[in-house]
Amino acid sequence: MSAIREVETVQRALRAMRGQERWLLGLLFTAGWFLLPSMGLAAEGTTAGPTEYRDIPYIGSRNLVWIVAQLHLLLAGFVLGVPIFAWLCEVIAWRGGEKRYDKLAKEFTKLLTSAYATTALFGGILLFLLVAFYPKLMNYLTDVFFPSFLLYCLLFLLETATLYLYWYGWDAMQYGRKKTLHVFLGFLLNFFALFIMIVPNAWATFQSSPVVIADGTAFERAWAATWNPTWWPINIHRLIANVVLGGYICGAYAGVRYLSVKSTEDREHYDWMGYVGNFIGVFGLLALPFAGYWLMREIYQYNQQMGITLMGGFLSWLFIIQAMLIGVLFLGSNYYFWLGITYRIPGSEAKYRRAMLMMLISLLLCLAVWMTPHSLVASIEEAQKMGGAHHPLLGVLGVMSAKMTVSNLMILITFMSFVMYWRAGKQDTAGWAKLGKAVMGAVLVLASVAVIVLGIWGYFVPAIVRINYFSTSQVAIVGFVILTITPLTALLLKSAKTTTEMVWGSMPPRAGYALVLNAVMVILLMTLMGYARSSSRVHWHVYGVMRDTSPYAYSPALGSASLIMAFCTFFFCILVAFIFWVATMGDKYKAAGGAGKGELPHGIPAMAGGAPEERQ
Amino acid sequence: MGALGKPIILMVGMYAFLKFVLPNIPGSAPLPSSLIFLYLLLTASGIVIFETLSGESKDAFWGPIQRFLTGENIGGLQSLRYGVFILFPLLVGWQTYGSTAVSDLPPTESRTIHPAPPGEYTGLSNPVPKTPENIMQGKGFYAAYCSPCHGGNFDGKGPAARGYIPAPANFADPTTIAMLQESYLFWRIKKGGVGLPIEGAPWKSAMPRWEVELPDEWIWKIIMGEYDGAHQSPRTWE
Repeated sequence: MSAIREVETVQRALRAMRGQERWLLGLLFTAGWFLLPSMGLAAEGTTAGPTEYRDIPYIGSRNLVWIVAQLHLLLAGFVLGVPIFAWLCEVIAWRGGEKRYDKLAKEFTKLLTSAYATTALFGGILLFLLVAFYPKLMNYLTDVFFPSFLLYCLLFLLETATLYLYWYGWDAMQYGRKKTLHVFLGFLLNFFALFIMIVPNAWATFQSSPVVIADGTAFERAWAATWNPTWWPINIHRLIANVVLGGYICGAYAGVRYLSVKSTEDREHYDWMGYVGNFIGVFGLLALPFAGYWLMREIYQYNQQMGITLMGGFLSWLFIIQAMLIGVLFLGSNYYFWLGITYRIPGSEAKYRRAMLMMLISLLLCLAVWMTPHSLVASIEEAQKMGGAHHPLLGVLGVMSAKMTVSNLMILITFMSFVMYWRAGKQDTAGWAKLGKAVMGAVLVLASVAVIVLGIWGYFVPAIVRINYFSTSQVAIVGFVILTITPLTALLLKSAKTTTEMVWGSMPPRAGYALVLNAVMVILLMTLMGYARSSSRVHWHVYGVMRDTSPYAYSPALGSASLIMAFCTFFFCILVAFIFWVATMGDKYKAAGGAGKGELPHGIPAMAGGAPEERQ
Repeated sequence: MGALGKPIILMVGMYAFLKFVLPNIPGSAPLPSSLIFLYLLLTASGIVIFETLSGESKDAFWGPIQRFLTGENIGGLQSLRYGVFILFPLLVGWQTYGSTAVSDLPPTESRTIHPAPPGEYTGLSNPVPKTPENIMQGKGFYAAYCSPCHGGNFDGKGPAARGYIPAPANFADPTTIAMLQESYLFWRIKKGGVGLPIEGAPWKSAMPRWEVELPDEWIWKIIMGEYDGAHQSPRTWE
């Protein structure tokens, strides 16, 4: 009976609300309403002392916090990543005069605005759950971080106000000095967003690598705790990862729209948007492995136990799954570039098919190395034949020297895929073109050889030499290649003759599916590594400082963890799809009014009939 | 067959290479089925990616498969189609049964060879000065206590090694002790196989618990001797 009364109360409250945010408030209210009674059911703590933990039946407090925290993080990653490239697109349109970039920036921001409220909603739910389920921990964290809690609230207010001005002022601030002001607002949005990310990062990294000082003012203690060993590595890693997530999700959005739109104009637009989304994702992906490597290095240096738990202990299998997911991401991104060459630049396929095959083989070989574990899964008989869990020949591929080498090579190959796409359909006319191409070829070959040599040499030097010098040199070499070949190609193409015009809107449906696959891979990756980072603390709330004394003070097995990861990924995809559906309702209404104009023959969406070539 | 022929040959060739050629390379061993499956999966992915890069190659690749599965007037292939339709679900069922049915075989294991050390060992550094005398002494202790299993050449091929599965660690391999800090070795030597934590399951280590026989100082000296003899360096952060 009480459940029926609760439902009726919720329904009455929902009916009482008006406006666009009704569903958001309704969701928050419903979640809160159903959760409140259960919190009191399972309070744990001594009868004498204050309550330390509360639980919730069936799902368990830890799982619920895990899911909500992960969803909040994913939404926050999107919300903080998208403004970066939305603003960059606006700047390109503002300085270069290409209006389509402005339209794209506005479309990105539209997605951002609708996702922002949901992010805040999940942040609020997470806070309520943490306070309710983990009062002892939250008390402790509040004592340490109270000044930064206040700062966070202030930043959130500023971010919200700036976002509203930026979005609602878009059309009103299109020209002259007003446009300059709008661009400045975009900058401010990113400025506040950066701090909104790094302030809570301090709370999370403090739990893994705490710096606790007993003396000093509240501000001094909070500052010492903030500037902990893994704070900046996480800040950089998350900043780049947010761009990657945002790029691929925008790409997936464009992919889905591309599959369903009917008019030629929309088809061209969403094809182009998908390309930009994939480009942004790839651009971030090139830097991400190194940022991750730096983070792991700092964790290992901070605490050997935590480093080994992650890299060699029970969580090490996650890194094989991670390799698989990153591999699919690299393959998916390259596949999209190659499809672009084949379909958008007619006649290029014959010219580049061999190069694409070589790149594909190289990528697969690199991926095979990356995915080869050091300790293999083997039956007793297989292990007997190998003499243990290490394969005598392939075991060497299972350690960091090999992994770093192939990840750098995969970055190089992906970069060259992009360069190939960039150059396709153009003929060099500059007098120095031959020399320029020879220089680029030499740089690429020498760099690849150098990366491989350093990788092999890495086995024969002390670990610290490999970590501090060889791995960083490999990254520097790849960076050098990118910084050399990019301007040289741009210079060459400045005077190049376009032999084949780029045809937007001609990609096959599988290009749209590839974009969606990339987004799913990134989301899975983030859920996977979120679990890895949290589990590396093992049975500590704050590593080495505050033990987890709840019944959940154990690391969930990889199998059960993967269920939660899969659920988070699925639910996040559903959530994003719903948010985007709501955000684009108005567009569809407008489009319905003007249907017929510019339609493809028979108005066939890509999903139904494929690219023009394939519909014949 | 047409465009399908090459991918099939490639898959069969890859399987033959992994199953029969690679294990027979000197110094190699048969690959576990998990690794063979992984590499075949990558090969298959590569084939699908390459064959679907253009409309023509996609049609040439999928066309015969589609015709075989759904086309009309395929003549003698009709009975083969029914065969596939019957055998494929049976194969999936057999695989599912095989992977879930109760078996008397020991389960496939993913052993964590280097589990995380207990917190009390993580901050330790070798208190014994790294002098030639101490290293020599360490090598002497190693020869007496460790070399029967780990080998006089530090390669895991001591006279007793053949009696153990998994084999004793090969310290000359750059992927073993070179990856670890000295404090880690101190813990493993001191506590031995019985001191492995839960995550070290199934605790497959015959390493004795040397703390009952050797003083700490000797263990630190053995560690120095091991690294020096195997021409490796411990992981450090400076």
